[in-house]
Amino acid sequence: MFDQILQFLLTGITVGSTYALVGLGFAIIYNASDVVNFSQGEFVMIGGMSAVALSAGDAGLPLWAAAIGAVLITTLVGMALQRFAIAPARGASVVTTIIITIGASIFLRGVALLVWGKDLFALPPFSGNTPIQIGNATVLPQNLWVMGGGVALVLGTQYFFNRTTLGKAILACSCNKTAAHLVGINVGVMLLLAYGIAAAIGAMAGILVAPITFTSYDTGVMLGLKGFSAAILGGMGNPMGAVAGGLLLGLIESLSAGLISSGYKDAIGFIILLLVLFFRPSGLFGKASVERV
Amino acid sequence: MPSEALLQVEGLTSHYGPIQALHGISLEVHPGELVAMVGANGAGKTTLLHTISNVHKASGGRVVFDGREITRSAPHKIVRSGICHIPEGRQVFAPLSVEDNLLLGGFTQRRDKAWMAEEMARIYALFPILQEKRRQAAGTLSGGQQQMLAMGRALLGRPKLLLLDEPSMGLAPLLVAEIFRVVRELNERGVTILLVEQNAKAALGIADRGYVLETGRVVLTADADTLLADEAVQKAYLGH
Repeated sequence: MFDQILQFLLTGITVGSTYALVGLGFAIIYNASDVVNFSQGEFVMIGGMSAVALSAGDAGLPLWAAAIGAVLITTLVGMALQRFAIAPARGASVVTTIIITIGASIFLRGVALLVWGKDLFALPPFSGNTPIQIGNATVLPQNLWVMGGGVALVLGTQYFFNRTTLGKAILACSCNKTAAHLVGINVGVMLLLAYGIAAAIGAMAGILVAPITFTSYDTGVMLGLKGFSAAILGGMGNPMGAVAGGLLLGLIESLSAGLISSGYKDAIGFIILLLVLFFRPSGLFGKASVERV
Repeated sequence: MPSEALLQVEGLTSHYGPIQALHGISLEVHPGELVAMVGANGAGKTTLLHTISNVHKASGGRVVFDGREITRSAPHKIVRSGICHIPEGRQVFAPLSVEDNLLLGGFTQRRDKAWMAEEMARIYALFPILQEKRRQAAGTLSGGQQQMLAMGRALLGRPKLLLLDEPSMGLAPLLVAEIFRVVRELNERGVTILLVEQNAKAALGIADRGYVLETGRVVLTADADTLLADEAVQKAYLGH
């Protein structure tokens, strides 16, 4: 029993790391612009799919180069989304902007369907497929890549937003756009940057997880929903909350799949999300806003 | 009047939709001056500053700063050229720490680390309470402290001209006196200031010159002392 639970926990952490990274992307864009970007899942899909496409065939790039290329492509897609779909709607209400991102996600999915078709694709694992024994549980090297990559990305993001002036300037844009203008921050460029970073993180999540879960034109739908759940579970706008929410969601799913039924794992995840929102609408780690006027 | 104007505004107009808020404002601020723009609530004082900083678009007229026209420059470029704007209601970055607010004030100067460190020390000396609370979220400060923070933040932008919007708003009289003392002190240190205020007495009390703004028009301009002694001004704004 104990071994089994250890196995569920390891799987849960792997899945949860992916959710955490998608949630992180939601939190970054929300923090910069108060927009919930429902294209975040599509960034994950584009990352995975373009890595597959770039590395495929005899003329394909080596895996590392394909990964870098895929991240760059997705970053550009993220920036283009901001520049051509979000920025022109400047001044629109938050709800309008959210609907724009939903539209953009449908569009991106459609383009992916046209380019790559409906097939499932896999990336080769980064360092082989030999299971590693931990106690009586096993873990694939790729799971370790997902976890390690997740930790690195989370720490990197944390450093960027808490320690660098540029990161703080992005946060300043959402706190108070007028004041950001008045201290000389180019708000347009900061928003572009925020979408670029969120897209890059999404892409990296997509590439890390593609050898395990495979990828297709519509993988972004469910991942986007899970990442969104992670972000609101942790408290929207709190990047570390999103990460914790993602891990929690992954663990809940894996444990309920193992101990109850795999058919109910999504349902149980979403029920817990609903309960949290009933009792703590600002999320588990959401801060009550502090402001004196 | 000394030398060439640092800031020259000519016939500036500005609209909110179909409603005209500024009806051709002209004014000058010369290097080293402290100029007060007084007027009642709704006279267009804040709109005037927003239009100079171009966070609100001008519909006509020109703004010339330091010999260059900036009427249509992007707001961040205007800051870079040396106009720092302390907005009405302080507008601090509430969730960020006091220190981060100051750092962001120096966003355009961030490459000059030595100067930033010096200026930061000067600001902490000017407002010791900010140093004491430097790790606190700016939103938790009192109104007076937020005003000090907003001023410190603008100073880190290395202003040639400081636009100061209604610093007395919502503050107790004692704090107002303190803030105006600091404004005077900054001006004596050589910062050129355009101060916009509803509290005409306090503003004209420290200013060199003044303008009176009424429904988007400059109706009177003179030395601050002359304005303080002016009967019409006394009646309208000083409660005599």
